[in-house]
Amino acid sequence: MITLQFVPYSEIERLSSIGKIRKLLKIAREDKIVVLEGRLQKEEETELIKTTMEEIDDEFKGIEMAVISSEKKGNDVLGRFRNQFFSMLLGNRQGFTVIGPASVIKEIKKDPNKIQLFAEDVRKGRKRKKSR
Amino acid sequence: MVTFFNWMNRFFRNIFRKKKHLKIGIYGPPNGGKTTLANRICQDWLGEDLGKVSSIGHETREIQIKEQVSIKSGNKELSFNLVDTPGIATKIDYEDFMKAGLSEKEAKERAKEATKGVIDAIKWLDNMDVVVVVLDATKDPYSQVNITIVGNLEARKIPVLIVANKTDLKKASVKKIESAFPQYKIVGISAKYGNNIEEFYKGLFEVAGR
Repeated sequence: MITLQFVPYSEIERLSSIGKIRKLLKIAREDKIVVLEGRLQKEEETELIKTTMEEIDDEFKGIEMAVISSEKKGNDVLGRFRNQFFSMLLGNRQGFTVIGPASVIKEIKKDPNKIQLFAEDVRKGRKRKKSR
Repeated sequence: MVTFFNWMNRFFRNIFRKKKHLKIGIYGPPNGGKTTLANRICQDWLGEDLGKVSSIGHETREIQIKEQVSIKSGNKELSFNLVDTPGIATKIDYEDFMKAGLSEKEAKERAKEATKGVIDAIKWLDNMDVVVVVLDATKDPYSQVNITIVGNLEARKIPVLIVANKTDLKKASVKKIESAFPQYKIVGISAKYGNNIEEFYKGLFEVAGR
């Protein structure tokens, strides 16, 4: 059985950067896949990778992670300003972030509008595919 | 607090951006060809290699620096310290190294060094004046590691040149990388064979603002 744990943005918005990272990694270390509403800041994503590396041992092999964002790419200055303005007011709630232990998520394939998780049931060792 | 220190770091870096010797960092996921490109640059302009390359991932596990590299394009000259960094990854499994033929002891040691290498590479980000992101053009460009590296450089206001490497391979697609990162300067090359390397040097001058 694969467990997905939804984390609403309101659960992490008051935490410090390291607090957010510790909370998300703790869930991933319990062999659960985190589905976070919104996304971390760019610097926090790097800190997440750094902290993950510090925690890798014989049991914990790291994480797989993907962000699906509704922000559009390109040079639309007005659009970027609007996104930044709403992010400042409400936090980065757009899209969602998937973080799972590397022992469960074997691969994440992503294009701008679709995400595919290739997961392995740790107990049964069977590969499953979930897509959204 | 971290943001404040990053801001201070950027502020002072911008003051000294016009310094004579820039630090140019080579970043990217493992096995994209970072060290092959670093060796190509060093061979072209110094006649020597910078580091060892291997088909097993995480061959570069320590920061490697070549000081005072000077390159020329037309009548322009660019002098910099070249910094080759370990590949950035979100997972490192020693069993993958065992599958590649290493003993358990060697594999565990390599994994331990590789995790430290990723941490060091991230720590060094703030020291860079320009970054060359080396991506394997045969692979999916939308991996979160690629997006996180490029996003962080953007947040730190560090100029970026993206290299779509391994264009000598049939599966390579520079267009895929261009569509994943449309706002960046992208050059397709084969670091191994030197294909299109002149365009890479031109791109480096452009991004370094010289």
